[in-house]
Amino acid sequence: MLELIRVKKDIPFMRFARSTIFFSVACIIAAIALLATKGLNLGVDFTGGTVMEIGYPRAADIPAIRGTLASAGYGDAQVQNFGTSREVLVRLPVKPGVTSAQLSEQVMAVLKQADASTELRRVEFVGPQVGQELLEDGSLALVVVSIGIVLYLALRFEWRMAVGAIFATAHDIFIVLGVWSLFQWEFSLTVLAAILAILGYSVNDTVVVFDRIRENFKKTRMTNVAAIMDNAKTATLSRTIITSGTTQLMVTAMLLLGGEVLYGFALCLTIGIIVGTYSSVLVASPITMWLGVSREDFIKPVKTESGAMV
Amino acid sequence: MNRYPLWKYLVIGVALLLAFFYTLPNFFGEVPAVQVTPVRTTEKVDAALMQRVEATVKTAGVAAQGVSLDARGVKIRFADTDAQIKAKDALQQALGSGYTVALNLLPASPEWLTSIGALPMYLGLDLRGGVYFLLQVDMPKALDKAAERYQGDIRTLLREKKVRYTGIGREGQAVSIRFRDAAQRDEARQAIKAAYAELHLEEAQSGEEYLLGVTLNKQAQVKTQEDALKQNLTTLRNRVNELGVAEPVIQQQGIDRVVVQLPGVQDTAKAKEILGRTATLEIRMVDEEKMQDAASVQAALAGQAPFGTEVYLERNGVPVLVKKTVVLTGDYITDAQPGFDNQTNQAAVHINLDGRGARVFKNVTRENVGKRMAILLIEKGKTEVVTAPVIREEIGGGRVQITGMDSPQEANDVALLLRAGALAAPMEIVEERTVGPSLGADNIERGFNSTLYGFAAIALFMVVYYQLFGVISVLALATNMFLLVALLSLLQATLTLPGIAGIALTLGMAIDANVIIAERIREELKNGMTPQAALAAGYERAWDTILDSNITTLIAGIALFWLGSGPVRGFAVVLCLGILTSMFSAVVVSRAMVNLSFGRVKRLTKLSI
Repeated sequence: MLELIRVKKDIPFMRFARSTIFFSVACIIAAIALLATKGLNLGVDFTGGTVMEIGYPRAADIPAIRGTLASAGYGDAQVQNFGTSREVLVRLPVKPGVTSAQLSEQVMAVLKQADASTELRRVEFVGPQVGQELLEDGSLALVVVSIGIVLYLALRFEWRMAVGAIFATAHDIFIVLGVWSLFQWEFSLTVLAAILAILGYSVNDTVVVFDRIRENFKKTRMTNVAAIMDNAKTATLSRTIITSGTTQLMVTAMLLLGGEVLYGFALCLTIGIIVGTYSSVLVASPITMWLGVSREDFIKPVKTESGAMV
Repeated sequence: MNRYPLWKYLVIGVALLLAFFYTLPNFFGEVPAVQVTPVRTTEKVDAALMQRVEATVKTAGVAAQGVSLDARGVKIRFADTDAQIKAKDALQQALGSGYTVALNLLPASPEWLTSIGALPMYLGLDLRGGVYFLLQVDMPKALDKAAERYQGDIRTLLREKKVRYTGIGREGQAVSIRFRDAAQRDEARQAIKAAYAELHLEEAQSGEEYLLGVTLNKQAQVKTQEDALKQNLTTLRNRVNELGVAEPVIQQQGIDRVVVQLPGVQDTAKAKEILGRTATLEIRMVDEEKMQDAASVQAALAGQAPFGTEVYLERNGVPVLVKKTVVLTGDYITDAQPGFDNQTNQAAVHINLDGRGARVFKNVTRENVGKRMAILLIEKGKTEVVTAPVIREEIGGGRVQITGMDSPQEANDVALLLRAGALAAPMEIVEERTVGPSLGADNIERGFNSTLYGFAAIALFMVVYYQLFGVISVLALATNMFLLVALLSLLQATLTLPGIAGIALTLGMAIDANVIIAERIREELKNGMTPQAALAAGYERAWDTILDSNITTLIAGIALFWLGSGPVRGFAVVLCLGILTSMFSAVVVSRAMVNLSFGRVKRLTKLSI
């Protein structure tokens, strides 16, 4: 039998609770500070504007393209490589008064004139109003998901656990956003989808640990809450690591093979999986313990568990 | 203890069988085809059309691989794209402008699969290439237009009722009428109230003047907006038909937006031009005197139209000389409906004109009884005579009946053209996403490859780590993928690149259930349970955990679907469906496999886990 983790005694995770929580809170504060000062590099999905992906049969000459565009009056265009050296991404800000739908056609005509082999691979134009709406809907989705999860956990487990889980999840989201802000990576709709997926993933991870803690509370006669939690976390540790590992295998495949569009998505998930695994083991349960959870909270309801099967 | 009743195996068997059939079409690929659909929705799609299409293709010397007929049109399959393009050209020439002839790709799966509704997954624009537009209807403009119409109507009404007013003006959506005294205003108020219940009236006073403010009430505003959107949708549909797109999607989104999706369209410039085009209607008199002279008609066709006239063709190809002076434009038409003439029972179109239009129309018809008037549709600089009926008598009241149509279908078409020839309110493109075909193909390949290699890596790890139980888990995971693809095909949910990422992510997370079960079984074995008991306990105790952890993810997925748009929504659909299929496959299917392999072993001493 192959085993990743072979432990005879429970690992005393809770002994480090103070330091892990301190570390997490410090990270959250740093993330918030970054978001407040540097902010997110919002992509065209949210700010509005035009993005064009252009293909060349050979390595593209970026300065020449910039020059061509500048001389045609598009000096504010950002030109950069995208994925390979033959692909170029051109970003154009929203221009008040210019029918933006025509903008991409005009730019393409200019580029085609300079080099007839230019191929238009993708255009994305988002009006400023639509961008604002997408951002609002995205933020609303985050809030709705959080509330839904807290309610479900409070119902199925215990409100202290719900608070612990949502704290751990918020911790993950803040750190991922903080990293995104630190490196000024582009925050697009796909990255937003990844953030929400992390939310689901992180809670999922935490719930597996909590489920075991709940079971321990019901079964054992131990009264030391920290010991009960350590036992549960040790028992589920190999599962936690293996699942994070398999999910990361998939995400790594996307990171390497998924192309430029999936790259941001996969990168976001990678950070999320690492932070999420850390938080579900080391952040969620200390909060729950400090909120004063005890054995009595789980023994009162005499409902049979199997009654909740779907 | 580890035995399933027969019905559980049967349920699993049926589920797998269904999944197999509904996944199957995705493996057949696509064949080139040509799709023929009538431009006018009223045109019949029947066996006669199918025969005509077949005969045309045959005379062109192209071998068709199959012809099929459905509610929307005729589809012909070909062996290669050369034959497809040749057939398209031949059909376009033979069928004329009344039909849209579009290139298409049809699933190559056998007919019996298609007949049970098994279709390949519906690929989003980022995978197949095409254009997505989100158009915003300028509703304030539509309301302005409505107010303008009422302004004219009220002016006519007050004149008819002989109510004296000193002026009538409009500012945006509010019309205000000025009177010299309160009595006149009351009179006007009553007249307007009786004629237009949908107007909201408000009295005011400024210095010596008595004012009456007129605005549309809430319901009328909503109705005006709804009508404007409906008319714009109809217009867009007509225009998209002209583009020859095989499967266009034109949908309302929210109260003032329209989504247009044109799969496979590459010429975005042309698409934008056609969508944003403004069509206008004009009513002009036919120059009967000059029409008598065949020579001048011939001269006009040659480019030498007599002074003050222009020559246009009727829909049947007959030239008509019309005067250059425009009697009315389409702006005055408030509604057009197909129907029948009360006396002759001929097909007819009933048109309603607004107040000003009615007045002009009355005068013109009184002076021109016995002559013809032409209704022209001007689109893209091309003018067509929709119809040129004879005026029988003076027409007042703004209700016009046009006869002379061959059939109720034609009446329907004319009514549609009159209604939908022009946009009710201007539209603006507020979002555009164009994906070239090569990028679409790349995206499919990238998505497929990452899923494939990710799956392989997970499978390798599971088999090495959990041995036989790992093999069972991998089989369950493969089942999960089959079920998910089958479900996506069955529901015809749009698969996008983030959707493929969703499939990959779901698979990565779905193995979690098997890991939880396997770890639990190992633990129970360590605690000294017998292998059979450990298996049963492992599955049972793991179920609660799996349920709780999956439901939280499901909550995230549902919220994403609800609030997400475009690519995010495609991801959410896959995430939600994937959670459901993974719970079934990881728990029920893998348990069935475990039960089949170990359940009947009497003395199980060792588990390969």
